[in-house]
Amino acid sequence: MSVAAAFFYLFSGVMIASAFMVIAARNPVHSVLFLILAFVNASGLFILLGAEFLAMILIVVYVGAVAVLFLFVVMMLDVDFAELKQGFLQYLPVGALIGLIVALELVLVVGGFAPSQAALGAPRSPAPADVSNTMAIGLVLYTKHVYFFQAAGLILLTAMIGAIVLTLRHRPDIKRQDISEQNARTRDEAVEIRKVPSRTGV
Amino acid sequence: MDWVLPVLIILGKSLLLIAALLLYIAYILYADRKIWAAVQLRRGPNVVGPWGLFQSFADMLKFVFKEPVIPDGANKGVFLLAPFVMGTLALAAWAVIPVADGWAIADLNVGILYIFAVSSLGVYGVIMGGWASNSKYPFLSALRSAAQMVSYEVSIGFVIITVLLVAGSLNLSEIVRAQDTGYGLLGWYWLPLFPMFVIFFISALAETNRPPFDLVEAESELVAGFMVEYSSVPYMMFMLGEYVAIVTMCALTTILFLGGWLSPIPYAPFTLVPGVVWFVLKMTLVFFMFAMVKAFVPRYRYDQLMRLGWKVFLPISLFMVVLVAGVLQIMMAMGWR
Repeated sequence: MSVAAAFFYLFSGVMIASAFMVIAARNPVHSVLFLILAFVNASGLFILLGAEFLAMILIVVYVGAVAVLFLFVVMMLDVDFAELKQGFLQYLPVGALIGLIVALELVLVVGGFAPSQAALGAPRSPAPADVSNTMAIGLVLYTKHVYFFQAAGLILLTAMIGAIVLTLRHRPDIKRQDISEQNARTRDEAVEIRKVPSRTGV
Repeated sequence: MDWVLPVLIILGKSLLLIAALLLYIAYILYADRKIWAAVQLRRGPNVVGPWGLFQSFADMLKFVFKEPVIPDGANKGVFLLAPFVMGTLALAAWAVIPVADGWAIADLNVGILYIFAVSSLGVYGVIMGGWASNSKYPFLSALRSAAQMVSYEVSIGFVIITVLLVAGSLNLSEIVRAQDTGYGLLGWYWLPLFPMFVIFFISALAETNRPPFDLVEAESELVAGFMVEYSSVPYMMFMLGEYVAIVTMCALTTILFLGGWLSPIPYAPFTLVPGVVWFVLKMTLVFFMFAMVKAFVPRYRYDQLMRLGWKVFLPISLFMVVLVAGVLQIMMAMGWR
């Protein structure tokens, strides 16, 4: 067994185990931490595939930003999960039925699956062999797929503006800071020097 | 079994690097306290060994021999895991740093992204520690620090983008080689990208929770931040992780802006000095600036910190990315590059 294969089984094994623990863990914060472990192992698998750019982006975006927000939300929630799980078993028949249907469909689809000969003959990676895969992505992302790329950016922008509009409230009755006003303050208007005569006060 | 030897060599290199790094950090800690003391006209540590040189080792022994106290209500597993996550991740970043030409343990071609990814994971040590302590102040501090680190990562990301646009590579060794223009220290990127150098330095302070941005452990309001409940070896691991992260940022500044292992004057007696010496000297210079900032500048208010990150640094660095890309494009069109 080569080193790469050993690492493949290591990453996949830990990933499947932690994915299982995401749904099995009792504490929701532990679930999110296991999810993060699963992400990190997925990026290890990407590295084994030779897609090091995707692996790093997965860690920066999902683990470094998205999962942090997940963790925030879950930590802030004060849900009694033991109470939620009280009536857990009464959903068992419906859940089992759905699970069975999905499993059956998976068997039907995967059972009849065979890779086509054309796909097997094609090169493993669409990138040319002489450029690194970071460069290969850059070369097509801003030329061939520029409209899709920009459309994705616009969708994210819309989502961001939506979130801000939904949460931003201007309350007229509270005091707000005006930073430019604070910075424009000079010594003369902020400090007043008075001579205080003894025993009389200001 | 032809893979045994390479694995052993990598293991040996890693151990050597970790040993050298820890020794360096022991003296960086000492230097930090000495510089701070000198600015305040104090003596600083001066008892253990000549001029107090063995102070860090004495501190380490003290931490190791103390009893680790775990709070009753703490989430034990996560509580103990957090400091080790922080320490391990901070050390992991050093796998790709080239301390001299070809001296990196792993010369990844996405090296800079790797460091960015690993340093963005550093926030988990803080959040896990703050949450698992099951106490108000650590939790508040963890929330603060997570928001702070995520905010300043954005501007660090843009600074890195400008540097790699100019260098044309994501590989750290290539970025250093791109600065080898024959003009010595005038050819390094700190000069043409000076605004980005300043932004990177300040963001690095915020990212590593150094003063004046040490709101994570603002002792006057949050007792001591997310580490209140920690003692003994777990506390030491947090400290270690923090200082390794600081040294990583110093090394990154050296690589991106100060020409890595290159000699500042590209002529005979200076070029004969081994690259690693220049690298360590530059790193120490950057750390000296970190230490001086700690001594000079009062702590920021939290809302000012967030304003600086999102409303000042983000627009400036975004504009600089566009400007640098435009200038490079014009230079390419004119045939100057």
